[in-house]
Amino acid sequence: MSSSKTAVPQAFEKTARTYLDDAQLRRNLGHATRTIRNKRNNVVGEMPDWEELRESGRQIKQNVMMNLDRYLLQLEESVIKAGGVVHWAHDAADANRIIANLIKEKGESEVVKVKSITTDEIGLNDALDKEGIHALETDLAELIVQMAGDEPSHILVPAIHKNRSEIRDLFREKLGIENLSDKPAELADAARRYLRKKFLHAKIGVSGANFAVAETGTVVVVESEGNGRMCTTLPQTLISVLGIEKIIPTWQDFEVFMQLLPRSSTAERMNPYNNFWTGTTAGDGPQEFHLVLLDNGRTSVLADETGRDTLHCIRCSACLNVCPVYERTGGHAYHSVYPGPIGAILTPQLRGPDDVAAASLPYASSLCGACYEVCPVKINIPEILVHLRNKGVRHKKRRGFFSGVRIEPVIMKMAAHAFRRRALYEMAQKVARIGQRLYVRKGIISKLPFQLSSWTEMRDLKPIPEQTFREWWRTRS
Amino acid sequence: MKNSKDIILKRIQSALRKENGMKPQLSGMEPPLRGIDRKYETHSKLSQVERLRLFMERVSDYKANVTRAEEKELPKVIADICAVEQVKKLVIPPGIDTNWLPEKTSGVALISDESGPLSIQEIDQSDAVLTGCFRAVAQTGTIVMTGGAGQGRRLLTLLPDFHICVVRTDQVVGIIPEAFWDLDPLIREKKVPVTFISGPSATSDIELDRVEGVHGPRRLHVVIV
Repeated sequence: MSSSKTAVPQAFEKTARTYLDDAQLRRNLGHATRTIRNKRNNVVGEMPDWEELRESGRQIKQNVMMNLDRYLLQLEESVIKAGGVVHWAHDAADANRIIANLIKEKGESEVVKVKSITTDEIGLNDALDKEGIHALETDLAELIVQMAGDEPSHILVPAIHKNRSEIRDLFREKLGIENLSDKPAELADAARRYLRKKFLHAKIGVSGANFAVAETGTVVVVESEGNGRMCTTLPQTLISVLGIEKIIPTWQDFEVFMQLLPRSSTAERMNPYNNFWTGTTAGDGPQEFHLVLLDNGRTSVLADETGRDTLHCIRCSACLNVCPVYERTGGHAYHSVYPGPIGAILTPQLRGPDDVAAASLPYASSLCGACYEVCPVKINIPEILVHLRNKGVRHKKRRGFFSGVRIEPVIMKMAAHAFRRRALYEMAQKVARIGQRLYVRKGIISKLPFQLSSWTEMRDLKPIPEQTFREWWRTRS
Repeated sequence: MKNSKDIILKRIQSALRKENGMKPQLSGMEPPLRGIDRKYETHSKLSQVERLRLFMERVSDYKANVTRAEEKELPKVIADICAVEQVKKLVIPPGIDTNWLPEKTSGVALISDESGPLSIQEIDQSDAVLTGCFRAVAQTGTIVMTGGAGQGRRLLTLLPDFHICVVRTDQVVGIIPEAFWDLDPLIREKKVPVTFISGPSATSDIELDRVEGVHGPRRLHVVIV
């Protein structure tokens, strides 16, 4: 899922360490997430019916998932009726082949593209490149990242790891502009002039989609810069990739999601542009519209009763901005186009249990629950994280992972036993209190022996206190 | 060999079989929409005066200009805006209210999309575009365009660097659900393309500094009549 430029993915706890050492990245990310968090609190706070909207959003999404096959067929029918063409792609290769063929049929070698995580997920740009087709990213940050041959580092501001003078140097070199200052307004203007020429001559536009309405066939792209408007209006042919979970039943449902999404995402009352189109319109915009419906693992997520709520996600990224883990490690550590808490539950489910790097992601959380609180469609991310950890352990067991001498499962069994009996539990506390004396330094335990050491590798433990609550309670009376 | 459509539908059905109890019926069946609570607000509680005040405030928050005017003053108001912003070539959509247009003496050349569609280059090389709108939403400072008379095709309000939009007071609704409600018949019957515009185009991609104006119009002026 991550592009070919990434090295072989390692477990989260290994890669996270590298990024934690990058002080500049942490400063940038801290600034970015703090800013957007505060802004979000303000615009969400002014909505009197936010909780009601969240609940309706959750219920609509749940309804979609439980009837997904029927909604997909209804969407297909509506899009065709409105003058569009519908393609079904069961995996990434299937989708990339369909899109490449559509472009080749037109004899084109360049397409303009709106930022879309779904097309990043299927590695569309690389796949088109192999077919001799250049997919030009038109979102400013994506353009910067693409020009630098780099990887996005943040879902909101993919080029956050680049400062203004680096971007100026890049534009000077790649766009051949000599007199260019490092003022953001001037840099944006340079990108505007460069891309305007491309837009005016583009024959084919490629986009993702935020939602599609089953009942009417309407598709929407939500954006800020106007490149989305350009790509969905100027070319004569438009190809949009839609994850099958992004369906909403009726036009009316937009009134829920178009309130939830901008406030959660960019923390605006409304983002500058929303583009809704229903098939094709004579004399206005593309005269050929292709909608590619993408599965690529989504149906496996659907098959898990607890995990399935992950599909409710509307890709707002609010959960990233409140996550204490994401704020410190950044997006690259997740080895996926879906970072942060939502990535920690989506990526392992999309990739399946044998992907070691993805399987480590459910542990990239302190289960603090902040993500659940801000999620506009109320996905219970902590619950799914725990569920996936459990699933992961059971999978490892089946694979004979625990066949050697592993102390952790034994201890877990003993703990479970002790938690069920009061006397045993209290005795265990007493024993541990004596045993821990060897390891307590300045009131904390930062190093445990043997296999237990992995517990303290990432965190300090609080020792069991000299007097527990139960003991204190007894002394009261 | 099975095609992707069958594969995906089969996968969904087997994923849901346990819950749905039986094999879902595939065609000729409207998906059920029962039991969704919609307790959020669907109608604004604001009076028209409050709505207007809020709309003007919210549009200004996006760093767009807002002017109030009487309808009969429009030619002068628009001519003045054009003078300040140095607009020489003004694009106008088919069906625009001719009573709004600046006088010939104002020195603004009108380029109409009416008699035959303008070329992309003509629109790109203009200085501004003047349109009406379908609705405006006070709560979010949003202008809703549907390509109807006086609004024109989507390109007209996209390529020029400056968009002057006339909003009638009776077009301003309070909250987002009201706008979607009014759009519903247009989508169902005419399948019109819809664009929501909330301020000039913007980016915060370089060091989180907000820059107004990237690919869409860099300036937006709303005139309320």
